[in-house]
Amino acid sequence: MGDASRNREYRIVHYVNQFFGGVGGEEKANCEPFTIQGPQGPGRLLEKLFREEKADVEIVATVVCGDSYFAENQENVLRELIPVIREYHPDLVVAGPAFNAGRYGMACGAICSSLQPLGIPAITAMYKENPGLDPYRKTVLIVESANIVSGMEEAIRKMVRLGIKILRGEEIEFPKAEGCFEQGIRKNYFHAEPAVGRAIAMLLRKINGDPFETEYPIPFFDRVDPQPAIADLKGITVALVTSGGIVPTGNPDHIESSSASKYGKYPLEGLETLNSRTHQSAHGGYDNTYANDDPNRVLPIDMMRELEKELGFKPHPWYYATVGNGTSVDNAQKFAKEIAVEMIRDGVQAVILTST
Amino acid sequence: MSYARPHAGVHPVTHHWRKITVRDLEFSSATRVENGKLLIDKGELTALLRSDPNIKDVKLAIARPGESVRIIPVKDVIEPRLSRIPDYPIFPGVLSAWDPDAGGILSGEIVSLCGMVVTTVGSIVGFQEGLIDMSGPGARYSLFSGKHHLVLDISVKEGMERHEHEKTVRLAGFKASDYIARSSLDGPLSGGSRETLINPIDPGFHGSEKSAGRKGKPKIAYLYMLQSQGLLHDTYYCGVDVKKMLPRRIVPTEVLFGAIVSGNCVSACDKNTTYHHQNNPILLELLRRHGTDWDFVGCVITNENVTLGDKQQSSTLAAELIASLFPDGVIVSKEGFGNPDADLMMNCSKIEAQGIKTVLLTDEFAGQAGASQSLVDGHPKADAIVSTGNANEVIVLPPMEKVIGDDRVITELAGGSSKCRLPDGSVAIELQALIGSTNQLGFERMSSRFK
Amino acid sequence: MAKEIERAGIPVAHICSIITISQTVGANRIVPAVAIPHPLGNPRLPPEEEKELRRNLLKKAFAALQTPIQEQTVFS
Repeated sequence: MGDASRNREYRIVHYVNQFFGGVGGEEKANCEPFTIQGPQGPGRLLEKLFREEKADVEIVATVVCGDSYFAENQENVLRELIPVIREYHPDLVVAGPAFNAGRYGMACGAICSSLQPLGIPAITAMYKENPGLDPYRKTVLIVESANIVSGMEEAIRKMVRLGIKILRGEEIEFPKAEGCFEQGIRKNYFHAEPAVGRAIAMLLRKINGDPFETEYPIPFFDRVDPQPAIADLKGITVALVTSGGIVPTGNPDHIESSSASKYGKYPLEGLETLNSRTHQSAHGGYDNTYANDDPNRVLPIDMMRELEKELGFKPHPWYYATVGNGTSVDNAQKFAKEIAVEMIRDGVQAVILTST
Repeated sequence: MSYARPHAGVHPVTHHWRKITVRDLEFSSATRVENGKLLIDKGELTALLRSDPNIKDVKLAIARPGESVRIIPVKDVIEPRLSRIPDYPIFPGVLSAWDPDAGGILSGEIVSLCGMVVTTVGSIVGFQEGLIDMSGPGARYSLFSGKHHLVLDISVKEGMERHEHEKTVRLAGFKASDYIARSSLDGPLSGGSRETLINPIDPGFHGSEKSAGRKGKPKIAYLYMLQSQGLLHDTYYCGVDVKKMLPRRIVPTEVLFGAIVSGNCVSACDKNTTYHHQNNPILLELLRRHGTDWDFVGCVITNENVTLGDKQQSSTLAAELIASLFPDGVIVSKEGFGNPDADLMMNCSKIEAQGIKTVLLTDEFAGQAGASQSLVDGHPKADAIVSTGNANEVIVLPPMEKVIGDDRVITELAGGSSKCRLPDGSVAIELQALIGSTNQLGFERMSSRFK
Repeated sequence: MAKEIERAGIPVAHICSIITISQTVGANRIVPAVAIPHPLGNPRLPPEEEKELRRNLLKKAFAALQTPIQEQTVFS
């Protein structure tokens, strides 16, 4: 394990589940992870097709894990398997194809997305309805496969073609062109025509009733069921969160004025109000003169203190702030999820969120 | 309402646009155009600008296309122009009093100095000024890398309040442009090109062709949204702060004269500099093929205010004004991003509700990985969008040999961050920080698509 | 952000100026604020009146938290 390959140019590690690893069917789905030297099952076809395309490839190892075992022990499995895979110094990792097998697809996606940040390219393949597609499509290149095993050869061929490009260091600009699912990511490019001409042409087609294609389809926004109302405010821990960028003077965490990459958690202990000496606005998307003069206009600490005495709620001693200016919705979601976990741990029962 | 004031019969407002192109820029003894070069009397211009007591110092510099130069932090970019119409000045209402509705817009000639621009930089007033690279990977994102720049680096006196600071720098840019135009374009001119632009006639005007329409040609209108959200986020129409206006029609070629000027810096990528307004390609294209490929029925300007009530009022009025032009379809251009997405959607839905088709020009803020939601608001009727690109995409800009202005502010610009400087002197910065890179008037070719 | 916090199990009252954005992005209890640069203030008012304005907005937020709702509701 781990010794340099004898005479092949590229080293590949292949991940498969218990079935393709030769262990057994669904009844063996909780088999623990293990490694086989060399290719196994579909890995043999994979290696053969790479070499047919003149890519000097060796599948140095096949890593196998039961689908149920992976699903139930994901964190531990990854902690165990990722270093194992790294020891082989692979130039590429191939997972699956998972076809329509849900747990298998999730496992393949998880493995690939864990390897990429370590600089190890990893690809997989699955059917369009595999539950593992949506969670991982944005970050992992996923080849589109059929839903049943008879589509094995075609899926492997596509993976080989994609794999060769990656091994040669070519940038995969448009995954769809390589047989992968669209990642749903926006990528800039230079059109042949300036936007003014494209806009007028699109309008003429729309007026005429001719088909046209929008350059940005408006997405669908999901809804969350409202949390039940608070019956009595007395004793309820209430926290404040703001996207208006109110931070202690000097912006100690350097929250960016736009496209914030982080949020801050700041103490309210002992503060009866905010003023221009103690706090400022870090938000670059609005005229922040008024907020700097009186930060209570965005983060209402003064009135919270008064209402505390009147309504009897317990103020959470920390507030959270970020800058909601051009902040990507994904980041905002990520911050909110992390903040929510912390607040729940700290016993927060209600939140007032202020935005500009 | 701006309207055509005919002398006899119905004559549309007509402007003859003379363009004198210069291929170089140099400091010299007197300001003039000579042999295709613009020569500038540094002393005279500096003295003129310093006559404003608020200005402590002005440094002038020149930047040429292809040079290893970065101009930062940029506030405005302006093209010098001279009006040859006695009672119709350049930057009407800004450098001199002017009411667009008192006497009507007069026809006549206007001259512009093409190939060069006046660019203002100076100590940072807010977070969202930007940069222009004259060469390297950043240069392809904006037309400004192809211009010769006279850069005004302006310092104001100590202790100035921010609103005053911004206004001082803004006016200095217009004064400088006006001085250059008067000094170099007055008198007989040789060479250059000429174009005649004929405006649509107000459909309410007696004798107009509103009901007749030109047979078989689609009728197109333009809704021109202007940023109006406060300090560093403002726009002015004939000197009036657009946030204090209601939506109104304009005569399209008014923009040639600088009727719309920028006090906006938000963000560098999609704010319209005064140059962008002066050369609005949507207006120009709609005018150029008016009567041949379509019937351009008119232009309405509207604002992007900061209260929900104002947004609702402006969008309702703008939609009604547009509808009164009886268009088949409307181009809508947005300025800025974020809450103006809400204005865009309100404008779109209210115009579509009248049975009029819309196409929207907008950029995107889809996160650095492009994985996020591009706009903060949406509407099912916004089904025809032209995208001018994802402003969050990161670009690595190499260090430039010369910086005009102050590049220490790069980490403070919207699109920059405390981590954007790389060890070799490059900066990894979002396109958001590059002036004009995602301009929503349609100047540039960059777009975005799903990968 | 309001949606994600609520999804995790904490009720949220969102005080914001451009409620159409909040409505589109999905917050449930929405309280319209004054204006973008000063959602809980108004520099044109004398200080005492401004504080009263702020207190009333906050009280609306608290009232929203205490109101059972089935769907997105704007508390104006």
